Amino acid sequence: MSSPPADPGTGTDTDAFLFGVRVASRSVFAFVIIFTYIGFGALCHDYGFSVGWAMLSTVLQWAGPAQVVLVTGLGPGTALIETAVAVALSSVRFLPIVVALVPLVKRDGMRPRDLVLPVHFMAVSVWVEAMRHAPTLPRERRIPFCNGIGLTLLLIGTVFTGVGYYMQAILPAMFGAAAMFITPISFLTSTARNARLLLEKAALGLGLAIGPLLAFSQVQFDLLWTGVIGGTLAYGLHRLQRSRSGKA
Amino acid sequence: MNAELQAYLILIVIGFLPSEVWRWLGIVIGGGLDERSEIILWVRAVATALIAAVVARIVLIPPGALAAVPLPVRLAALACGFFGFLFIRRSAFAGVVIGEVVLILGALLFG
Repeated sequence: MSSPPADPGTGTDTDAFLFGVRVASRSVFAFVIIFTYIGFGALCHDYGFSVGWAMLSTVLQWAGPAQVVLVTGLGPGTALIETAVAVALSSVRFLPIVVALVPLVKRDGMRPRDLVLPVHFMAVSVWVEAMRHAPTLPRERRIPFCNGIGLTLLLIGTVFTGVGYYMQAILPAMFGAAAMFITPISFLTSTARNARLLLEKAALGLGLAIGPLLAFSQVQFDLLWTGVIGGTLAYGLHRLQRSRSGKA
Repeated sequence: MNAELQAYLILIVIGFLPSEVWRWLGIVIGGGLDERSEIILWVRAVATALIAAVVARIVLIPPGALAAVPLPVRLAALACGFFGFLFIRRSAFAGVVIGEVVLILGALLFG
């Protein structure tokens, strides 16, 4: 699970794609996604959805928490619009991760629609590995590399959604809780591993501190506000540190 | 058949679109930024703080089955996982395994 050596990246798009496949298969997230989606498949079985629906949800949504919100939120007596809003609020993290990724991978003259598919693969898992390794590759190889990570993890997720669906009856009672807990613990440790600068360490700590305050005060859009407030404070600290160290 | 078709329609309109729209918006905004610009540092900080907020929210206000595990156990599992990560070669995998083991043992003992 330590970082694999970066390929020289001088090869073709196919080499870059296959490098992405290797990075994804060795990533902690291969393990995390297997457990997450066994849990999700079993949850879909519990709630009476078909196996095809469950697997298509993984392909189309590719957002663990939003998928759980959708499945558990669609009960009798729930307004569909409320569920749609809950899904949107739980997926707001995609906005800053994609904004941070796109300038790193886009090539000159690319149209927005050329990025729709590569960006569909983006989730925190894929982003963490992409941000870690993409800067070591030449720019023109970065999108095939990200596609290799994203497609690998998405395929693993989809297959194990089906596996979990049919395993539902034999899973231990604790499995559902353990599968849901693997999202926060993997987000925390992998983001901490990537946090080399004060900027990122401060953002992580501030997010953990401010998030609960806003969530328990029932502030609307608490995730988004935590990101903006925590991120801005962390950026301020970074500027302060930089001006003290005398660099422009 | 009708109910099945309706379920797929709901998946696209209620599940896919409200989530995917953030990715599309990210393309529009990110497409205009330079890799070396100052604002990218700010965006990276916002993304990191937001991911941390997701961590806190799932642990403190958990969905479904995780809610059956007592809060102190969830918090202890998160803390042990994090310290496991710090002290075992900064391995995310070690942190995940330790966090899960503490969660499961805690739930069996105190659940």
